[in-house]
Amino acid sequence: MKDAPASHGSVKSYVTGLILSIVLTIIPFAVVMGDMLDTAPTIWVIVATAVMQILVQLIMFMHMDTKQEEGWNFMSFVFTVTVLALVVGGSLWIMHHLHLNMMIG
Amino acid sequence: MASESMSQHGDHAHPETHAHHDTGSIKVFGFWVYLMSDLVIFGSLFATYAVLLRGTAGGPSGADIFDLPLILAGTFLLLISSFTYGMAVLAMTAEKVKQLSAWLIVTFLLGAGFIALEIYEFQHLIHEGYGPDRSAFLSAFFTLVGTHGLHVFFGLIWILVVLVQLKTKGLNDMTRPRILCLSLFWHFLDIVWICVFSFVYLMGVL
Repeated sequence: MKDAPASHGSVKSYVTGLILSIVLTIIPFAVVMGDMLDTAPTIWVIVATAVMQILVQLIMFMHMDTKQEEGWNFMSFVFTVTVLALVVGGSLWIMHHLHLNMMIG
Repeated sequence: MASESMSQHGDHAHPETHAHHDTGSIKVFGFWVYLMSDLVIFGSLFATYAVLLRGTAGGPSGADIFDLPLILAGTFLLLISSFTYGMAVLAMTAEKVKQLSAWLIVTFLLGAGFIALEIYEFQHLIHEGYGPDRSAFLSAFFTLVGTHGLHVFFGLIWILVVLVQLKTKGLNDMTRPRILCLSLFWHFLDIVWICVFSFVYLMGVL
């Protein structure tokens, strides 16, 4: 129990996480719904706020760090993200070329 | 088994408490590994959706059918429920069972609100004739968003089970790791939802 405060967060860290999440949700919705920017910058805003918000969830709510379980939590996460990059990136790459070569759709 | 019954009698002995903390944390780590495999499922569904995005077969595209204010409302329900579950875990570490149950009930209600909005959205789309059978794009959309919704639904059942176990068994070495696993599950679903609203809904209407 001695490490409980560190691994389960505090009221302050959860409130900070909530406020950051709300701000990082309102920004992309406002940009898209208010038609504030061109398409390309809008996509960048969406991607950037999504990545930041995922980090807020992982670090402030799920308490992921490189020390827990001797880093195995973090290592398995890095491994999964690598697999995901291969699966998602590879699928899109292959299907894009298939689409071009078969001239379907 | 032996150490479990021992610790109930000699719960002040330090080595046993430590051993229990370890079994609990191994359970939570195992659950973390499960979540990582679940992440791969969602990753494949996102890839499928991205590949089939333009396969509308003469039917509507995302820009025609997505209702952003509804999605924004659902997003806030889920975000706030992630926070209230965090408060539940804090109540658990402070050994406040009543407070823990109260936060769990609030989390349940917010999650149920999210599911209600999603069911309304799906029903509305199917009613308009834009069901999963309309086009490859809609099949992929319903599979991806529906799989997330199904996860949230099972999360709601799990919250109810935890609430019942808190009443019948109280807060102990068995219920504690379960509440921590559910915490990871609930925050994990929030992360998947961040990807859904960013890449499916927001980019879909551009």
